[in-house]
Amino acid sequence: MSLRRIAIGAAAAALLGGTALTTVPAAAQETIYVPLLTYRTGPFAGSGIPIADGMHDYLRMLNERDGGIGGVKLAIEECETGYDTKKGVECYEATKGKNPVMYNPYSTGITLQLIPKAAVDKVPLLSMAYGLSASADGTVFPWIFNPPATYWDGASVFIRYVAEKEGGFNKLKGKKIGLLHLDAPYGKEPIPLLENLARQYEFELKLYPVPAQDMQNQGSVWLNVRRDRPDWIYLQGWGAMNPTAVKEAVKAGFPIGKLVGVWWAGGDDDARAGGPEAKGYKSLDFHAAGADFPVIKDIQKHVVDKGLSKYPKDKIGDNLYNRGVYNSMLIAEAIRNAQKVTGKKVVTGEEVRRGLETLNITEARLKELGMEGFAAPVRVSCEDHNGHHKVYVAEWDGTKWTKSTDWIEPMKDKVRPLIEAAAKDYAAKNTGWPKRTETCDRPS
Amino acid sequence: MELLYNIFVGPFAEMARAPDLLVQTLWEGLVSGVLYALIALGFVLIFKASGVFNFAQGIMVVFAGLTLVGLYEAGVPAFLALLITIGVMFALAVCIERAVLRPLVNQPDIILFMATFGLTYFLIGFGELVFGGNPKVMIADELYLPKGAVDLPMFGGLVSLQKIDIAAAVIASAMVAGLAVFFQKTRIGRALRAVADSHKAALSVGISLNQIWVIVWFTAGIVALATGIMWGARSDVSFALQIIALKALPVLILGGFTSVPGAIVGGLIIGIGEKLGEFYFAPAILGSALGRGVESWLAYFIALAFLLFRPQGLFGEKIIERI
Repeated sequence: MSLRRIAIGAAAAALLGGTALTTVPAAAQETIYVPLLTYRTGPFAGSGIPIADGMHDYLRMLNERDGGIGGVKLAIEECETGYDTKKGVECYEATKGKNPVMYNPYSTGITLQLIPKAAVDKVPLLSMAYGLSASADGTVFPWIFNPPATYWDGASVFIRYVAEKEGGFNKLKGKKIGLLHLDAPYGKEPIPLLENLARQYEFELKLYPVPAQDMQNQGSVWLNVRRDRPDWIYLQGWGAMNPTAVKEAVKAGFPIGKLVGVWWAGGDDDARAGGPEAKGYKSLDFHAAGADFPVIKDIQKHVVDKGLSKYPKDKIGDNLYNRGVYNSMLIAEAIRNAQKVTGKKVVTGEEVRRGLETLNITEARLKELGMEGFAAPVRVSCEDHNGHHKVYVAEWDGTKWTKSTDWIEPMKDKVRPLIEAAAKDYAAKNTGWPKRTETCDRPS
Repeated sequence: MELLYNIFVGPFAEMARAPDLLVQTLWEGLVSGVLYALIALGFVLIFKASGVFNFAQGIMVVFAGLTLVGLYEAGVPAFLALLITIGVMFALAVCIERAVLRPLVNQPDIILFMATFGLTYFLIGFGELVFGGNPKVMIADELYLPKGAVDLPMFGGLVSLQKIDIAAAVIASAMVAGLAVFFQKTRIGRALRAVADSHKAALSVGISLNQIWVIVWFTAGIVALATGIMWGARSDVSFALQIIALKALPVLILGGFTSVPGAIVGGLIIGIGEKLGEFYFAPAILGSALGRGVESWLAYFIALAFLLFRPQGLFGEKIIERI
């Protein structure tokens, strides 16, 4: 073998080795294995990185501060999906043999692929405020959880907010409301609910799909906006689509205060891209932004200051970073709950499913977690895997997100029947969909 | 009958109803077209000189933009960062020539094409390693690129021209004119054309293939930098930008892979065509619900429709192989 070949081989090995180094220690016997399907690369990395870091840093903080959960360390392993469904499924297949206690797919596309696998592999999916809205029906989807709110809840809160601003639901009649959405399963998810509400409140729904390859090339979409002159626009975008949409809205002279993003369109970089004119842009949210919370201070102390975080120090507390923290809090509480329900320390996926199903995070518990004022209580049940919790409207003040409304109740009376019908429909269309046989534990 | 009306009458009636919107649509199409043409120009330069379809052109746009912003964020003054970025693009051209092209001389074109695939993924990984995956805001103000809009009252409405778009059109036109002069009037330009016609003939008269390849990849790098700056100023500099580079494919199909004017005209036809199609024709033909979001494939449809009549593209050379 020539020297050149050896050098090439060594370089390739180094590259592969480098990739492997990004993973965390293999799950030992006395650890709880938590795989994180994240994306730090590709067109959606702008949204994926802060969430990945927030998720990682909270779990790492538990390891550093408390020695894990219930005395058992967490083995945290990231797998890069690039927000690509195919890669996400590969990550799932590659890690499912390591006794994962839960998956967080972080992509509606990946979630849709993993839903049928969850019951077979006995590992629950937590698609926190994303994924298939219908999976909130625990009687049909015992292995899928999507608290604290579904996309349908979000869209209904948006309509409630618009009605309030316009002077009542009766004032919605004849209004034009646009949905600017990524032309992908995630972006299309709120359409059925909005169509339903459009019929009921007699507003005109205008759809503005943005194909993934044109996320940064939205000229045509905004020409359509200019022609239609919608009164309000709901933005269901992700990745590079969001900052471009905010920029284009500013450019097109669309009243920025009437552009309201779903919670995934509320990144700091999303709003910052629009410059000073983006002040007043709004986004739904279900937790606070900022670093002024004991939980974030603990992360700074035990993770960031020790150089264990990849996130820039000055950006700790960004909205999407805190989203990751919130998500990991749900993971940790489900594991803790599973330990309580089963009396075991090292729990399995099946047991964490029970932990999720009995999740009841009260105000008092939030305070214990250092999250007082950070988020609202969350409770799920065997029937309701979501809870349809309140969310609020956040406003960009030019430098940061601020809470601009009180907590707003989703239209549960409208959303829940649609969810139950959609869940039944899903089961009917997927021949052989298993009937729920899992027993129901009492809430903790 | 209704379909014919929707194709031949409806869209034009809509255009007449709001002529200011038509002008706005044409302007948006023109700007997109100029930017597509800039990307396509990078492809054409390399294809002309080496017969290689450079799949990496899109990531070169991102890489150039990220280098510029990354250097600025590291504390380098904006214009010095611009100069260093040009230097980086030169170094990249030299590395590509040494490490990719030279070892593959005389290999089939498909091998070189696949090598540019490899180069693409290497640059994505390397770029993410160095600059991270976060989108970056282009330093448009620091480079004194104009901002704001010029609002022109027209036909009872308002046509809004973004100053950055005007700048993009002017800079792209200047680059095209400069490249045309470079190709036609300079010694190196003539050598480039000779290489494009025949590698063997060019070698026989003493033209250095290696030197030409470095020059042409460097020129494509400069074009990529200009594209990265202009497109980055319109949105952000992120890895999603490389997907837009695929929009250059229908431009190349239409304009021909070897023609600089073809890249320009093709870009304009695709840019304006997709905007008119998305805005006027698709909603009229497919309905307002289905007719939205057709822009992503409409460009390919337009290019394929042209190919029915001119398989070599608008300005491509008709190749007649003698048997």
